[in-house]
Amino acid sequence: MRTSAPFFRPLGRLRIDEGVLAECRELATEIAAPVDHLAATHTTTSIERACLRLVGVDGIEGRGVEAVPIPNRVVDEIGASVGLERGALIPFFDAVASCGGDIDAAADAIAGRALTPRWPQGADRDDAARRAKEAAAAAVNCIEAAATARRDVVERVGEAERPWLYLIVATGDIHEDIPQAQAAARNGADVIAVIRSTGQSLLDYVPFGATSEGFAGTYATQENFRLMRAALDEVGEELGRYVRLTNYASGLCMPEIAAMAGMERLDMMLNDCMYGIMFRDINMQRTFIDQHFSRMVHALAGIVINTGEDNYLTTADAVDSAHTVLASQFLNERFAFTAGLSEEQMGLGHAFEIDPDVPDQILLELAHAQLIRECFPNAPLKYMPPTKHMTGNIFQGFLYDGMFNLIAALTGQDIVLLGMMTEGIHTPFLSDRDLALENARYIFGGAAGLGGELRYEAGGAVERRAAQVLEECRQMLRKVADIGMFAAIEAGMFADTVRTPAGGKGLAGVVQRAPGYVNPVADELSRRLGIGA
Amino acid sequence: MSALLRPYGDATGDGRVQLSFTLPIASSERARQAALELARKMGFAEPQVVHMKEMGPDFSFFIVYGATAHSVDPAGLTVAEPDFPLLPSPEINRIIRDSLKRQLVVVGACTGTDAHTLGLDAILSMKGFAGDKGLEYWQEMRIVNMGAQVSPGEIVAAVDEHAADAVLVSQVVTQRDAHIFHLQEVHAALTEAGLRDRLILVGGGPRFSPDQAPALGFDRIFGRGTKPSEVASYLAWKVGRRAGLSEADLTRAATLA
Repeated sequence: MRTSAPFFRPLGRLRIDEGVLAECRELATEIAAPVDHLAATHTTTSIERACLRLVGVDGIEGRGVEAVPIPNRVVDEIGASVGLERGALIPFFDAVASCGGDIDAAADAIAGRALTPRWPQGADRDDAARRAKEAAAAAVNCIEAAATARRDVVERVGEAERPWLYLIVATGDIHEDIPQAQAAARNGADVIAVIRSTGQSLLDYVPFGATSEGFAGTYATQENFRLMRAALDEVGEELGRYVRLTNYASGLCMPEIAAMAGMERLDMMLNDCMYGIMFRDINMQRTFIDQHFSRMVHALAGIVINTGEDNYLTTADAVDSAHTVLASQFLNERFAFTAGLSEEQMGLGHAFEIDPDVPDQILLELAHAQLIRECFPNAPLKYMPPTKHMTGNIFQGFLYDGMFNLIAALTGQDIVLLGMMTEGIHTPFLSDRDLALENARYIFGGAAGLGGELRYEAGGAVERRAAQVLEECRQMLRKVADIGMFAAIEAGMFADTVRTPAGGKGLAGVVQRAPGYVNPVADELSRRLGIGA
Repeated sequence: MSALLRPYGDATGDGRVQLSFTLPIASSERARQAALELARKMGFAEPQVVHMKEMGPDFSFFIVYGATAHSVDPAGLTVAEPDFPLLPSPEINRIIRDSLKRQLVVVGACTGTDAHTLGLDAILSMKGFAGDKGLEYWQEMRIVNMGAQVSPGEIVAAVDEHAADAVLVSQVVTQRDAHIFHLQEVHAALTEAGLRDRLILVGGGPRFSPDQAPALGFDRIFGRGTKPSEVASYLAWKVGRRAGLSEADLTRAATLA
C-alpha cells in the first residue's frame, strides 16, 4: 500500500483516567485467578490428544465418514483402561517402550486393541517418563522452530506493511481455496483466513487429510494447513511480502488445532477465552481449561491470537454493550498473559457495528476505537467490519465499509478484516474481494497520515464517550469479580446468555488431575515460557 | 395506459439496467467486446461497458449499462401467500411477552441414530446460521438443547420437566426414510403422554418440505436453508394466535416473507 506516512498507533489522544484503567486490570487479574487454578488442576481429552499429536501420533482408523483419528482412539483406550487422571503420556510411552520405541506401532497397537495400556511401575515407569520427556522436548522444539522459521522467512521475503488487510476464503474445497487465496494475496491481502466448515467447532475430533467438501467453509485439518501455508509461502516469494495464514483454535478441539497450527507455522489463530461458551454452548470448564493450553502453544509458536469480542456486538446493541467488549478484552489480555503470550501477540478484537440510524454513530465508533487503542497500546488490535446492519443494499454497504476503514486508519488498528458489500448475501465473489481491497487502498492510502494530526477536544464528545465506556467496563468487571466468573456467566452477564458450569457440550471430556499427573509437553511449554503450568 | 412494467432509469419506459460481473479473461479490447456480447445475449439493447478492471492476470470485472427489451405484467403473476409473517426481532419478544407473560420454552433434539446436530445447532445456538442469530438470541425464549440421539421418551420427560411450549425435532440423515419415521415416533410419544395438544410441534431437516406437516401430525415442517429468524417468527406468531392476539396485532410490524 502506498501511503505518505508509515503505520503508527496514535496514543495519548484521549485523557484516560489511569486509575480506572489500572483498576480494570486488577479486577481482571482477580477474576482470572480461580479460572487459571481450574486449568492448572484439570486436563481434557483434547489436551491429551493434542500432546499425543505433538509427539507424533497421527492418522485415522477406518474409512470415510466412519474414520476415527488415531489420537482419539488412543486417548479413549487409555481413558478406559487406566483413566486420564494422571495423563495419557506415561501409559502411551510405556506402550512405545514395549513396541521397541516405535510411536506409530504403539499408537496402532492401542487403537487396534492389540495392546492394553497400563500405568507402569518401577523401572518401567521411569523408562516411560524418560521417553515421554525426550519426545516432549522434541515436540516443543518443533513448535519453537515455527517461530524461528517465520522470523527467517519474513526477514528474507519482506514484512507486510501495517495495517494488515485480512481477507476470508471459504469455498469448502482446499484445492479451490488455494487459487482464491493466492489471487487475494496478489491483489493486496496480507492475511488469509480459511473459514471452517459449519459445525466443526462441535466435532470432538479433527478430520484428517486434504478435504474438498465442507459446509460454508473448509475443514481445519493438518494437511489443509500445510497445503495452504505452502501456497502462501509461494505467493509471498513472488510478491516480496510474507502473507499470513489464519485459522480457528476454538470449539471442542481447540488444543489439538492449536498444536497443528504450531506444527504447520500458521501465523494467527482465532482464540477467545469465552466465545465457545457463549456462542457455541460448549461447557465453560472445558473451554477455560482448553484455552490455557492452546495459548501456551500459540505463545511459543509466535502465533498472534485474535479474540472474538466482535461477536458480542452482533447480538447485543453496539452502543449499550460497548463496555462488554472492553471488559472481555481485559479478561482475554489477562488469560493471555498467564499463558505466556506477549502483548504483541494479543490481537484483541472489536467491531464497527453501531446502527447507522443512531445519531453521531461515526463519532461513537471513533471514540470506541480510540479508547481501545489507548487501553492496549502494544496490542495488534483486530478490527471487524459491519455485518449486522448490512441490509443487502450493497451500495450503502460499500460506504459503511469505507467509513469502517477510515476509523481504522485514524485510530491505528493493526489487523483490519475487510468488509464485503455483499455481507449476508453470499460467500464473497472474486469481485467483492477486489472491490473491498480497492476501497481499503483508497482509504488507508489517503488517511494513514491523518491519524497523527488529529487531537480531540478536551472534555468533548469523543473523550466523554470514551470515559463513559471505560467507567461502565469498570463497573461490570467489579460485579463479575464480586460474584466470580462462573456465577457471572451463569447470571447471563456476558452476551446476555446464561450458561451453567455443568451445562453445554464437552463436560465429559474434563478430567480432574490426580496427584502424580504427568504432562511433559505442558511442563516443557511452561518452562520455556517462564510461567506456571 | 399499459400495466406493463419496464425498468425506469431516468425516463418512463427506457428499460435501463445496471449490472456487474466478472469474466475469467485478462483485460483487453477482446474482453470488453465479450462483455458487450454477453449483455446483448442477456437481452440488453445498446449495452455500454462503463468500467473494465483487471483482477490479477486471469480475471476482469465489468460494470455494464443497457436497456432491456423485456417487460412484465405484475397483475398476471401468481404470488404465494406466506402461512405466517416474518417478524422483526423486537416484535418476536413482544408477542411472546404479551401472549405468555413469561419465557417461551423450546426443547430441541435430534432423535434416532442421527448424530448430526449441525441443523439443530444452527437453529438453536446463539451463533445461528447464515448471518442470522439462533433462537437463544431472543430474551423471551428459553432453549433446552438436548443434542443428538435423543429418544422420544427423553423428549417427553424434558417437555414435562421444563414445561415446554414447543418441541423442535431435527433430522439430517435420511436413509430408508428414517427421518419420516423418527418424526412419527416423537409425535406418537407426545400424544400418548397427553402433551401433544399443548405443544407447538416443529420438525426440520434438509430433506423435508413444509407440505409434509399435516401427514406427520406436526404443526410446521421447515426444509433446507431455513433461517433461525423464520422459526422464531413462526413460534411467536403461533403462540400469539393461541393466546388470542388479533391478526392485526400479530402482523403490525411484519415484513413480507
